Amino acid sequence: MSYNNLIVNTIRPRIRELKISLHLLNRNYLTRFALLIVGLLVAIALLAPLIVPYPEQIMNENNPEEKLMAPSAEHLFGTDELGRDIFSRVLYGTRISMRTALLAVGLAIIIGVPLGAIAGASGGIVDELLMRFTDLFLSFPPLLLAITIAAFMGPNLTNAMIAIAITWWPWYARLMRGQAVSIKERPFVKAAEAIGTPHIKIVFMHIIPNCISPIIVQASMDIGGVILTIASLSFLGLGAQPPLPEWGLMISTSRTYFMNAWWYSVFPGLFIFMTVLVFNLLGDGLREVLDPKTRKL
Amino acid sequence: MKSFIIKRLLFGVVVLFFVILVTFIITRVVPSDPAQKWVGARATAEQLEQATIELGLDKPVYIQFGKYIEDIFRGNLGKSLRSRQPVIEELKTYLPPTIELVIISTIAAIFIGIPLGVASAIKKDKLLDHFSRFTSIGAVSLPVFWVALFLQLIFYSSLKILPLGGQLGIKTELIYQVPDITGFLIFDCLISANWPVLKDALLHMVLPGITIALYPIGLVARMTRSALLEILNEEYIVAAKSYGLPNRLVVWRYAVKNSLGPTITVVTLAIGYSLVNTFLIEAIYSWPGIGSYIAISVTSLDYPAIMGVTIFSTIAYVVLNLIADIVIALDPRVRL
Repeated sequence: MSYNNLIVNTIRPRIRELKISLHLLNRNYLTRFALLIVGLLVAIALLAPLIVPYPEQIMNENNPEEKLMAPSAEHLFGTDELGRDIFSRVLYGTRISMRTALLAVGLAIIIGVPLGAIAGASGGIVDELLMRFTDLFLSFPPLLLAITIAAFMGPNLTNAMIAIAITWWPWYARLMRGQAVSIKERPFVKAAEAIGTPHIKIVFMHIIPNCISPIIVQASMDIGGVILTIASLSFLGLGAQPPLPEWGLMISTSRTYFMNAWWYSVFPGLFIFMTVLVFNLLGDGLREVLDPKTRKL
Repeated sequence: MKSFIIKRLLFGVVVLFFVILVTFIITRVVPSDPAQKWVGARATAEQLEQATIELGLDKPVYIQFGKYIEDIFRGNLGKSLRSRQPVIEELKTYLPPTIELVIISTIAAIFIGIPLGVASAIKKDKLLDHFSRFTSIGAVSLPVFWVALFLQLIFYSSLKILPLGGQLGIKTELIYQVPDITGFLIFDCLISANWPVLKDALLHMVLPGITIALYPIGLVARMTRSALLEILNEEYIVAAKSYGLPNRLVVWRYAVKNSLGPTITVVTLAIGYSLVNTFLIEAIYSWPGIGSYIAISVTSLDYPAIMGVTIFSTIAYVVLNLIADIVIALDPRVRL
């Protein structure tokens, strides 16, 4: 068998697997709907500076003569206390939330996955110590650790992102450990061990690359929760700082005005809700399709 | 059984120790100027020096840590920078209203969340399931602070049927004697049979109660559904069904009972979420609890207060988890 054939034959079942999963995912109309909206939100995030109607009003521009105007054809979501177009700011907020969430989850993966893989692949005392260390971080009430870390590091969006990553990595460590424990018994790992591949190389070259898909599924399920956490921290004043058009911060600022200007707090909140909802729906759908216990053809 | 509980208790103590260590590292070791944070930005050089001695910052780290633990156990959490009052005293006054909210959301999680999850699992892929899944996913996707503002807009601003915030209306406070025995307003009204105040207090509780209960209901319903679905696929359920046992009996006696372990765990998690969610909504409802306290502390960077709330809530949460684990362990199947 030629080398090319070997590759085709190893990849083919995986492609077939992927096709089945996609089909299952697509069959559930709720998941399909979620996928569609996620795509739309990603597009908005990428293109935000180009598509918003008033790009100059995203940050600082002050239009006192247009302040707190109700939604109209010119300003779909109305204007805020500085006369800025809320529609433009909310759309731009998609970009901020998505980017921060992706970075936070990415950082959590970078911390959690190697630790989990080392724990699972090593076993014994190393496993025990690393996993107890991981549990430690899960002993804090959710969000509280992030609040404390963000408060002590100084309130800004980058620190909020780091704080979230520090509270989120244990989930990836746990997931990765579970995967590593089962994968280290597989023949290809045993083969690598037999030819004397160093332990650390086995972990990073053989075990981790083979666990990428559950990690990605977990990450896609977490994005929603992380976006909500970012908004919550910003609402408390521990995340994005003015004049950034971050959703949680916008709602926080709107508290002074919302009794007379309902649109100010309602629209950013609707965007948070919609974004978190579609990511959660997508995550639920993915889990259902990929978990052998609930997978039904 | 006994040995398991003792082991778990010992492990709980170890967790508590390390959790305190982590807060120590975050608040004392990582910041470059812990003394400055302890006394605030406007402190004089003298105050700064005093704080350095008070916190033991001139001594080696392990002695600092020993002092830190000693202070926690003595209830010495420092003085709030804003009010200059001992943090522990402030926590005591702010605690009861928050506990009231957390209790309400826990009750809702158990009595609405669990039945919703069970119904959803039984009627999998039916209309009821879709409805219940959508509700529960929706509930965990809502930003609570936005829900709070939204409910105020509808029920206070538009419909004018519910109060904006606070625990009691000004009128009630002026006309009636407000009981203050334990600090838990509802409870105090009940034991002193103070019905008019109780009525007003309950009215003020509706919006915060709904807001705080949403997330736990969704969380518990989702977890109950997935735990139950796994169990309903087990062979002993099929066996029980094939004996011709009524469906209701199979579900409640065989399946739900076996899913209680994960459900108790998730209820504990839900309590943790409720506690932290009070941080986000209490200030909106002018609810005089820990949540409002930390929200103000965070905006004014009142570090001793933030640290006090963190240590206090974390210890409470660890103890809560410990209790939950022991309750689950009382179930004979876990001992295997």
